[in-house]
Amino acid sequence: MIELDARRLMCPMPVIRTQDLIKTLASGANVRVTCTDPGVMHDIPAWCRINGHLLLAAEEIEGEFVLTIQVGAMA
Amino acid sequence: MEKQRKAVALISGGLDSLLAAKVMLEQGVHVEGINFYTGFCVEGHTHAIRKKDKAKPKRNNALWSAEQLGIKLHIIDIIEEYKDVLINPKHGYGANMNPCLDCKVFMVGKAKQWADENGFDFIITGEVIGQRPMSQRRETMPIISEESGAEDRLLRPLCAQNLPETLPEREGWVNRDELYDFSGRTRKPQMALAEKFGFDDYAQPAGGCCFLTDKAYSVKLVDLWASRGKRDYALDDIMLLKVGRHIRPREGFKLIIAREEGESNFLQGYKKQFTTLKTISHNGPLTLLDGVADEDGIKLAAQIVARFSQGREASEVEVEVADKGQVQNLVVKPLAPDEIQEAWRV
Ligand code: SF4
Repeated sequence: MIELDARRLMCPMPVIRTQDLIKTLASGANVRVTCTDPGVMHDIPAWCRINGHLLLAAEEIEGEFVLTIQVGAMA
Repeated sequence: MEKQRKAVALISGGLDSLLAAKVMLEQGVHVEGINFYTGFCVEGHTHAIRKKDKAKPKRNNALWSAEQLGIKLHIIDIIEEYKDVLINPKHGYGANMNPCLDCKVFMVGKAKQWADENGFDFIITGEVIGQRPMSQRRETMPIISEESGAEDRLLRPLCAQNLPETLPEREGWVNRDELYDFSGRTRKPQMALAEKFGFDDYAQPAGGCCFLTDKAYSVKLVDLWASRGKRDYALDDIMLLKVGRHIRPREGFKLIIAREEGESNFLQGYKKQFTTLKTISHNGPLTLLDGVADEDGIKLAAQIVARFSQGREASEVEVEVADKGQVQNLVVKPLAPDEIQEAWRV
């Protein structure tokens, strides 16, 4: 699991950081992004759907928003 | 079979760029979207900050557009490079601090570079002649094409029939007869086309794509530059201009006073970087002090903060002043409403 700390960034910065990290990864890799802007619960899933990545989980844990993504084949 | 041509579409999140991309898809062109984040974009943050906005459904309109179109979207962080566009715009500003023409030149130029690197044939935008007073006029169209370096690889599907033929049209990659001739400020043709394509619920931003077209925001930006004696900014500066009430009682500092709980929580994140003030004898908003204040200045700041607390009518209010770990408590008399000068409000 690759961790990405996107705390204190406001949308769309967490999406951009996720995108730029995933660009460097092979398909099948798992990434966990931790954020504080609740907007990510909407934007990161949308970004995954558009770009062909699989959203494994999106949870609120102790006031933070944690999204787990599996890098898709079409990355 | 002819090779499928590829276009990169500037996607702002508004209706025009959505339609322009759709027109290309209808002609069998492979389209991917590109969206630039300058730090001033209206998307996201403010909704996230203000608690009252949380109930409203919120989305990133560029992502939403891409999903409607079924295309990929590449979001590019241009915060750093954009500074030069905003600080030194060759073509000047619009009604507020919006350097729209330079901004368009810059974004199309970046898209051209991206297209070259990724094997795309041309660039499209949702521009319409006469739609916007500064950047979308008949005279500005060739300026954008030339100064961006895109030249005749820049196609505007919504008004192409009013403009000289571009490379994609000449080469037959797209059919000019099936492009459009929209012009002027009217939105009717766009709305009709949206209906034809079955788009509803699209975003209708009132101003432009960013805070720089907003008068109140622009005033705060100019004040920031004047107070620092130089035209420069960091991302935190421009984020903070979107939050709270800004009051500058002395040249050397201003106060950023949260207007509600969501803003207080947001400002909390800046406690390590700024002196903060908060009333402790009464409920009140968190306040950041941006700049430098002497003892007298701090006292005045505390009196102003007290004015915005629930102790506004009390004879004494206790205010905690925290400066990176150093905490002192001041007991002050809140300023009277008429002591808060109009000229202090940024
Ligand atoms: S409104 Fe803002 S983002 Fe849009 S063209 Fe003008 S300066 Fe650029």
